[in-house]
Amino acid sequence: MLTEFGVILLFFIIGFLFVAVGLLAAAIIRPHKPNPIKNSIYECGEEIIGEPWIRFNVRFYVIGLVFLLFDVEVVFLLPWAVIFKELGWFAFIEMVIFVLILIIGLAYVWAKGDLDWEKPKPYIPKLEDLVSEKKRF
Amino acid sequence: MEYILASPLISILFFSVFIPVVDGITKNRTTVFVLTLLGLIITGILAIYTLLIPVETIQALDSSKTITKNMIMFGGFSAYFDILFCLAGILVILASRNYLNREYGEYKEYYSLIVASICGMILIAHSNNLLVLFIGIETMSIPFYILAGFFRTNQKSIEASIKYFLLGAFSTGFLVYGIAMVYGATGSLDISIISSKIQTGQAIEIYLKIGLALLIIGLCFKVAIFPFHQWAPDVYDGSPTVVSAFMSTAGKAAALVGFIIIAKGFLPKNSFNEVSSLLNTNFKLILAILSAITMIIGNITALVQKNVKRMLAYSSVAHAGYLLMGIASNNQDGWSGIIFYSTAYLFMQIGAFIVVSVLERQTENFVTYEEYSGIHKSHPFLAAVMSMFMLSLAGIPPFAGFFGKYYLFVAAVKADLLWLTVIAVIASIISMYFYIGLILQMYFKEPLSKEPESDTGLAKITLVISAAGILFFGIFPQIIVNFTENLFK
Repeated sequence: MLTEFGVILLFFIIGFLFVAVGLLAAAIIRPHKPNPIKNSIYECGEEIIGEPWIRFNVRFYVIGLVFLLFDVEVVFLLPWAVIFKELGWFAFIEMVIFVLILIIGLAYVWAKGDLDWEKPKPYIPKLEDLVSEKKRF
Repeated sequence: MEYILASPLISILFFSVFIPVVDGITKNRTTVFVLTLLGLIITGILAIYTLLIPVETIQALDSSKTITKNMIMFGGFSAYFDILFCLAGILVILASRNYLNREYGEYKEYYSLIVASICGMILIAHSNNLLVLFIGIETMSIPFYILAGFFRTNQKSIEASIKYFLLGAFSTGFLVYGIAMVYGATGSLDISIISSKIQTGQAIEIYLKIGLALLIIGLCFKVAIFPFHQWAPDVYDGSPTVVSAFMSTAGKAAALVGFIIIAKGFLPKNSFNEVSSLLNTNFKLILAILSAITMIIGNITALVQKNVKRMLAYSSVAHAGYLLMGIASNNQDGWSGIIFYSTAYLFMQIGAFIVVSVLERQTENFVTYEEYSGIHKSHPFLAAVMSMFMLSLAGIPPFAGFFGKYYLFVAAVKADLLWLTVIAVIASIISMYFYIGLILQMYFKEPLSKEPESDTGLAKITLVISAAGILFFGIFPQIIVNFTENLFK
């Protein structure tokens, strides 16, 4: 007797075992003879030239956020589209309002110039502004 | 009928979408400012209208047939809190213009953010479902994180924003986990279904307890209750003063409505079985202890502050403790006490913060106690209203703060929490020292050589309304009390 969630748990366990057993078997059977040429990146990447922990331009995040927003919109739209006939006009109007709000968001970002990659005037904070902080309790 | 009842929600939602559009189209700041005021006034009027609709009409509504599917409740105390939030927004926005122009520059986004957070608060007040409550809390908090860092080249402001964001996101995790646990225990997110399952003993006890505890942790963070209060002083101190005024009053009131909704649903008064009666007594005790510690810690820490803004921040922690007394007593008197006290607290705390914002220069000058000495000579009006707010915060009779405390104390006594009342009285006696101390500084000390300039502008309207509010509700407290007692029947 398994509940619906029990089946999912079983699925997880089998999935985990499948990968674990495969890797373990490979680790036991395979010969272990590393050399520099074998360890080098071949056909699956580039030679590393630096740390990945660098500063990204903040506008990547703006674009990322806008992208996420419309990604989530699709998540909403898809189940609605599947049962559109059963839901009828009321749901249609609801969805129009929802999409309209998102479009207004896009228009806002556009009007504010956040979709332009090159900003006209960058603001660089002065050092004096940052260090002139009083001590406080 | 249903659309009329939901009209404050629809109106604020419309304006929170519409104001950014106008902000994108026009370059004129006055247009956005006027539109924001208009939006809040319209929402407030609609809320007053829905508040006056009799309860029977609302109860007659078949909730399963409504479009919101029982996820949102109408009228009653929700409508009352809508008015409160709109009022707080109007008061703060009136005072913000001059302050922002002087300190950093008035950006139109400020108004959109304020309206968006009020939208979240109204959603909290109307929520009848844990998911709606959660969405409301997030819609309220995310604009707060941005508003706290609104002076984005000021290091203290950025620090406040980051601190608030990281801790706020963490506490949201607790809230979500609590909601998930409660769902596991009862199989529903609807508060009325959860309530009936608890009363009939169908809920799984252990998950319910963990879930409720996590929910309370999440909400305690938002209200700044000990031991989750450490963010509050830094955030209220670092943020722009007008934003602190808004966060510490409206934000706190919104989280308290969340508390009221949870307490109403989860801690049933008529305990029919072992589990719910145990839940009732234990959680009441926990909340009472938290509230006692919060008011003592808040007031004692406020005692040693040299900075008026920080003092107000710690005193807001203490006031959160008083307000939690109403939840701990878990009866109608407690809830209507919370309503009265948050009304009074809104006027006095916004007023006090606005006085600080009017005098303050470049976020660092004219915020310490010494710099306030003798300002009654140069600024008689500001000194007078500030004294009124201080007396009201301390709980001196002719002002609304006294009656707010009185009703909460009465509620606690009725709920057999006499010890809590005694602690609350002791805590408010401690608080006299620093509130009256500021009045002494203002009136009985010699002025400093450099005098602050005053730059009130529209803030004068805020100060007059706040002062009038605490006087009016201090002299005629029955108006609200008679009214609110009907809201919880």
